[in-house]
Amino acid sequence: MGHYLLRRLLIALPALLGISVVLFTVLALAPGDPFSEMALNPNVPPEVQANLRKQFGLDDPIWQRYFRWLLAMLQGDWGFSFISRIDVDKLILSRVPVTLAIIGASQVLALVIALPVGIYSAARPYSWFDRIASTLAFIGFSLPTFFTGLLLILLFSIKLDWLPFVYRADLAATGWDWWVQQIRQSAMPVAVLGFFQAAGWTRYVRSATLDVIRLDYVTTARSKGLHERAVILKHVVRNAMIPVVTLVALTLPQVFGGAVVTEQIFRVPGIGSLLIDAIQRNDLPVVMAVTFVLSCLVIAFNLIADVLYGWLDPRISYR
Amino acid sequence: MQEDVLRALVEEVRTGRTERRDFVARLAGLGLSAPFASLLLASAGVAQAQPAPYKPTRRGGGGPLKLLFWQGPTLLNPHFGIGAKDQEGSALFYEPLARYDPDGNLVPVLAAEIPSRANGGIAADGRSTTWKLKKGVRWHDGKPFTADDVVFNFTYATDIATAATTFAQYEGIAAATRIDAETVRFEFQKPTPLWHRSVGVALVPKHLFETFGGTRSRDAPTNLRPIGTGPYRFVDFKPGDLLRGEINRDYHATNRPHFDTVELKGGGDATSAARAVLQTGEYDFGWNLQVEDEVLTRMEASRRGRVVACPSGDVEMIQVNHADPWTEVDGERSSPKSRHPVLSDGAVREALTLLLDRKSIQGFVYGRAGVATPNFLNNPARLNSPNVKNEFSVERANAVLDAAGWKRGSDGVREKDGRKLKLLFQTSINSVRQKVQNIYKQSCAKAGIELELKGVTAAVFFSSDLANPDTYGKFLADLQMYAVAGRPPDPGVFMQWFLSSQATGKANKWQSVNRGRWRNDDYDRLYRASEVELDPVKRTALLIEMNDLICREHAVIPVVYRPSMYGLGRQLVAPLSGWDTALSSIAEWYAEA
Amino acid sequence: MAGSTPASATVDPLAAAAPPVAVPVAARPRASVSPWAEAWRRFKRHRLAVLGLVVLVLMILLVAFGPLVWRVQINDIDFSARLKTPTATHPFGTDDLGQDIFARVLYGGRISLAVGLSAMLMAMVVGVTIGAVAGISRGAVDAALMWLTDLFLSLPLLPLLLVLTYLFRDALKGAFGPEVGVFMLIVVVIGAFGWMPVARLVRAQFFSLREKEFVEAARALGASVPRQVVRHILPNSLGPVIVAGTINVAAAIIAESTLSFLGLGFPPDIPTWGRILSDAKEYLDIAPHWAIFPGTAIFLAVLCINFVGDGLRDALDPRRVL
Repeated sequence: MGHYLLRRLLIALPALLGISVVLFTVLALAPGDPFSEMALNPNVPPEVQANLRKQFGLDDPIWQRYFRWLLAMLQGDWGFSFISRIDVDKLILSRVPVTLAIIGASQVLALVIALPVGIYSAARPYSWFDRIASTLAFIGFSLPTFFTGLLLILLFSIKLDWLPFVYRADLAATGWDWWVQQIRQSAMPVAVLGFFQAAGWTRYVRSATLDVIRLDYVTTARSKGLHERAVILKHVVRNAMIPVVTLVALTLPQVFGGAVVTEQIFRVPGIGSLLIDAIQRNDLPVVMAVTFVLSCLVIAFNLIADVLYGWLDPRISYR
Repeated sequence: MQEDVLRALVEEVRTGRTERRDFVARLAGLGLSAPFASLLLASAGVAQAQPAPYKPTRRGGGGPLKLLFWQGPTLLNPHFGIGAKDQEGSALFYEPLARYDPDGNLVPVLAAEIPSRANGGIAADGRSTTWKLKKGVRWHDGKPFTADDVVFNFTYATDIATAATTFAQYEGIAAATRIDAETVRFEFQKPTPLWHRSVGVALVPKHLFETFGGTRSRDAPTNLRPIGTGPYRFVDFKPGDLLRGEINRDYHATNRPHFDTVELKGGGDATSAARAVLQTGEYDFGWNLQVEDEVLTRMEASRRGRVVACPSGDVEMIQVNHADPWTEVDGERSSPKSRHPVLSDGAVREALTLLLDRKSIQGFVYGRAGVATPNFLNNPARLNSPNVKNEFSVERANAVLDAAGWKRGSDGVREKDGRKLKLLFQTSINSVRQKVQNIYKQSCAKAGIELELKGVTAAVFFSSDLANPDTYGKFLADLQMYAVAGRPPDPGVFMQWFLSSQATGKANKWQSVNRGRWRNDDYDRLYRASEVELDPVKRTALLIEMNDLICREHAVIPVVYRPSMYGLGRQLVAPLSGWDTALSSIAEWYAEA
Repeated sequence: MAGSTPASATVDPLAAAAPPVAVPVAARPRASVSPWAEAWRRFKRHRLAVLGLVVLVLMILLVAFGPLVWRVQINDIDFSARLKTPTATHPFGTDDLGQDIFARVLYGGRISLAVGLSAMLMAMVVGVTIGAVAGISRGAVDAALMWLTDLFLSLPLLPLLLVLTYLFRDALKGAFGPEVGVFMLIVVVIGAFGWMPVARLVRAQFFSLREKEFVEAARALGASVPRQVVRHILPNSLGPVIVAGTINVAAAIIAESTLSFLGLGFPPDIPTWGRILSDAKEYLDIAPHWAIFPGTAIFLAVLCINFVGDGLRDALDPRRVL
């Protein structure tokens, strides 16, 4: 295992490098111009726009720009946003707390819902609980988040006026009051994202548990006289976790840049909205930095998942 | 309208025989904006109407002011603002010499008064203007505001290395000289009627920016921590997300501002911004609500806020490609050297104009946000000019096409000389624009014209990327629709959009403004004359003639003119102007108790 | 962790282990049944699956031939009949331009169903192949394939789309005509972003399955690696794949609507289900019917595919005795 881990870690670095090359090329090739709005403004002569492009090296060949970026990155300089002229790392760091608070919370919520519901559904397949849970799950992932978000806003903000729907990163209150306000404003975005995620995950958990629960050794455990709960928790769950671990490892990095729609609707200033904004304005340094961090996270989490497989199922060996 | 008629009219307003309001409306009917009419009157020495009264009797006490911009500002230096929204953020902290009020009049802010012939501010030979600055104005760090600052802004912006977007606003100015601490004179390269172009530039302090000129301009720390003269001081800024300010206790106007803190939040989309202001009351002001009017009206029913439509110069228009996008000339499609085989036929253009159901588009799509107009220079009222009609008639369109020899083929599409009336119509992605496209396609189909619709992402459509074929500069389609920003009330700059020398093409990297590639010698002649004409009345007559020419020849098809739509909550009173940034008048905002 | 039971439920281990007895028992010859017929028989016994299949086929027929029967045009703008609730002339009501929603749902269904199903199939095929190859091999091949997966997981959808559209749109248009060309581009793009979870899931299943006794047994019997994979491991790893399939259909339909919303998919006047939903969202409080019908359509499609998938899994699962 240690050997395998070491090997994977050593491969990770060149893998990351390779990914960064492809990312950079795709971004540089994508059409669009960070200064496109200038074209709309009759006050701005085209020379100014051309000058800006030159200043930021936008007309240089791609490989040149890539190496410039790489060298700067290695020295810890993440670059300068074209659009807002702020250091990219400051920009990203300022959004990390909010992202963790909202998106992170929603992933936790999704897990907390999906695991018990999925396992219980599989323990009693085709029962009322299972049917209702499955139907809700289908509805959950058939409806896009912009839709469910809007539904919740219409219900809770407009009709009932219980919850605010514009997220404010700087609440003025302190102490207990701050917590109440924070929960009130986070409730809807966390719910929208969490339920959407949970819908899919419930189905996976259910299916994985169903696969395991019919096996012989489970029957053996039951016939040994073990309490049903012990059977499920001790014998079934651990073996059913492999697909679940895979999935969670796949979706966790999305915290860093997914959830764009939810962030837009509720105006959560997270990294997703930063990314989509930067993409739409062709702010290359920001997009590159965010996707680079995303790829680091992807590689890291997939590695963790691989290691976890070995722990969950001792028969899996890495040679 | 002839020059002498105009002159007589101005005289009537001055002597009081005609209401100022009527004069403005008459000129609007001829396609000239309200501010232009106001400037015309001002130059003739007609006194301005009084502004609405400001009620609060002391500074502060209004509590927090919460503004919602669905496109949050990312920059705070007014000289680098890329789009209109970037200027909004700086408007909280920086101020210009003067701003435009809702009627288009110039109102002094950092200037003591508006220069005119009467007070000697505008030189008789038209080569210079002298501005007297307001006394006792201080920057937020306590230093005094002087003429040196004004001169500095000129040199800073006109330095190409600074790459300031306000560069063009100082165009034509040869020098800015300090006469004394409170007087500045701008000298022009040649006599020009456009003396007020640089008026709206928000001014930055010389003592903080002078070491950061040229290529170092983007490193200045004050870029992100503004020190201005404005009613609010800077507190905090998270680009694209949140901007906060607090009251400036030393502000140079008495009893202003009313609010203690101001918060500007960005992000999201226009519709949810409207909801936050009109339905839940979480915010007091919503900027640029580009939403279907019907949806807005429904939201207003909750009675927590109201929508205000401010007349502006923005026109949504369908640009006709006078060049041929389907043939390559010298390796270039839509080359200014080519002429469109189908659209160069005046009958086709006339039919296309007749097929635009502006009334329905205004009624069912834009509502208050788009007022039908047949004029290119904005027109809020029904026409006066006999040549420009706002007509929607499928029968007449059919008649015109039949008369010109376009016969219907077997598939219902008209053709002539082997060419079919099939046109590619592109625009940016925007639900309102897509609806207009659908409506237009249907009415054109009734006249035997087939439209293929295309939507391009806004960021790509409006980009100046040389390699991209979908930009509006390349115009590889037959028709395209977008809105022209008419922010500077003087149409002089606007009218360059029809100059042959400005025809967009490979030679100027598709950057110049005549994207329709229209060529008309009469127009060029008129424009050149208007550029140097100092007499405002004569110049107005020329501009009216130019507008008539464009509309008669159907060089473009104006759709609606777009007032700026804002949402106001609580009992917010704000003199919002469509001729300037929304926040330009923020010092005057207050809430009724 | 599937497959811990004997490969065949009919084999009696005791009888197999006992020495051959002199008394020959005349066994009744069993009629030979092809594995597909067997699978179909088992599928038919799963009632919900059959129901799902029937409804799905019905939906496909409806969107394929419906517009030929229901002659109302999809973009007949009629300002006098805006936002009307369902009536005889407009079974699903009208939208804010007076267009008939029923016609639009039928027409859009062609595209949405086609995109949903083909993108799902593409993601499945690619994902299963890559996952299987990575799962059964080790070392360099696995590392390379996982690198590829990580790459696709890191790629931001939007810029990639812009690049691909810009590069290939005209070529595809020229080769296949505008509509089919755009369709293929969208299917490829959506499919290209759906295979990664499937690949990783399959690979994970393979890791645990390849150590199982029955696979070892097959190996001992001389089965080649491909045969082990196809006949033994793959059928047992289908569980998560089926779930991924259903989720992918919904995700593909929604992704298509996001694409056209951004101007990268079908032209804006083509009413795919996701697009109708997007257009309707601001009118939820006064015209909910506008959103309910396309939303229900997507939901139904997903439901049917899921039931069919459940049935398939039960039918193909060699351990289940039905």
